[in-house]
Amino acid sequence: MSRPEWLTRFTRAERAVHHVTAVLMLVCLGTAACLYVPDLSTWVGRRNLMKTVHVWCGFALPVPVLLGLLSRAFRADLGALNRFGPHDREWLRRADRRAVADGRGIVPVGKFNAGQKLNAAFVAGSILVMLGTGTMLTFPDPWPDDWRTGATFVHDWLTLAVLAVVLGHLGYAVRDPGALGAMWHGRVRRGWAARHHAGWLDAMVKPQDPAPERSVKSGKPDSAKP
Amino acid sequence: MPGMLAPAVRRCSNGEMSRDDYRGAPVGRRIVLGMVGLGAAGVAVGASAQEKVSTALAPIGGLDEVLPGAGGFRFYSVVDEVRRRTPQTYRLTVGGLVRRPRSFTFAELQALPQTRMTRDFQCVTGWRVEDVAWVGVALPDLLDAVGVAAGAGAVRFRSFDGVYTESLTLEQARRRDVLVATGMLGGPVTHDHGGPVRLYVAPMYAYKSLKWLGGIELTRDVVPGYWERRGYDVDAWVGRSNGRNDEPT
Repeated sequence: MSRPEWLTRFTRAERAVHHVTAVLMLVCLGTAACLYVPDLSTWVGRRNLMKTVHVWCGFALPVPVLLGLLSRAFRADLGALNRFGPHDREWLRRADRRAVADGRGIVPVGKFNAGQKLNAAFVAGSILVMLGTGTMLTFPDPWPDDWRTGATFVHDWLTLAVLAVVLGHLGYAVRDPGALGAMWHGRVRRGWAARHHAGWLDAMVKPQDPAPERSVKSGKPDSAKP
Repeated sequence: MPGMLAPAVRRCSNGEMSRDDYRGAPVGRRIVLGMVGLGAAGVAVGASAQEKVSTALAPIGGLDEVLPGAGGFRFYSVVDEVRRRTPQTYRLTVGGLVRRPRSFTFAELQALPQTRMTRDFQCVTGWRVEDVAWVGVALPDLLDAVGVAAGAGAVRFRSFDGVYTESLTLEQARRRDVLVATGMLGGPVTHDHGGPVRLYVAPMYAYKSLKWLGGIELTRDVVPGYWERRGYDVDAWVGRSNGRNDEPT
């Protein structure tokens, strides 16, 4: 077979943005727990250190994404994550969204499935809201009391939502070694791509390898490319 | 933003994504903007919402042990570990500008006239625990027991955590709602609450109510405490300091 078995899914830059964001997010959640969960905060103490680490990691959270904008591949990911097409709605609606027929996912999912898109949007929105309310809490002087209490309210409760989503994200990841590998070394096997991201696989192989295109034609409108 | 990026992507000819990936509604952007809007609304109305949430969750016992927003005390400590002291091993030393410097055992504190009050506990970060029952020695009674020497103008408190300090002017320290507390919430002051003996300065923000009280020293002038050296107001009246307007406790 001349077809390559491994496909590049994420470049070094895309993975770096993910990993740095992930580490900062986990440190924020960990220090948040040390500051707020009564048993942990009494056990760990060191409030000033915990607060300093939390605040610096919080302010750093948007930085990897902003630096990632320098990468064409990451910008392409942002574009794809933003748009919800008919496949995404179908994927969300169907109970058998992950079903596979003849080694191919029955929904021709693109580079990201709708769940990944929702996760990315939620994380991006959360980072912005946490950054805004966190800034108010770090520099409280200009704000009226009600706003400060409101910022605390939003920051506290959104923390629980972020925690739930992060745990869900990790849960899906650890159950799928192919996805873990994609984020770890950047490559996926062709079979994995066909099962999970059939539409993406089609687009990947089309330019170099037009022959099998006809046999796996998905019925979606062709791109304008020759 | 992603909309503006799409043309750049199309120029990219590595075939990584189908153009399908860039069709469809910008749902991601709508979610992000929606969350920012909700967040702003939450900041605007959150103060009253938090009150309702606290009231709603109050009957569910133990929830405040795990949920940060469910009301109740939050436990703050500025060091990694505080060595436990029991009423048997506890000593409170009182010195500085006093006529009879001495130390008090827990039993000796309980032998002094006892003052009870039920007052709120208001943190400068916004949370408040209402109607906390306190019992202990009113600070003026303790000062009378050792005798304030001429020249004393302030009282400095040290925590036996080894780091935290606080201070009051002598005039503030003579208020009858400033307590060397040996009990709270109907029982002893637990270790996590700063027991066996802590300070409770009713009219001021909670950082004044030093935990794990180990030493009291009468000084000439006020020496700013731990958080006050980090920007908090030295005179920490609830509702009249730190740029806040909470209702008095």
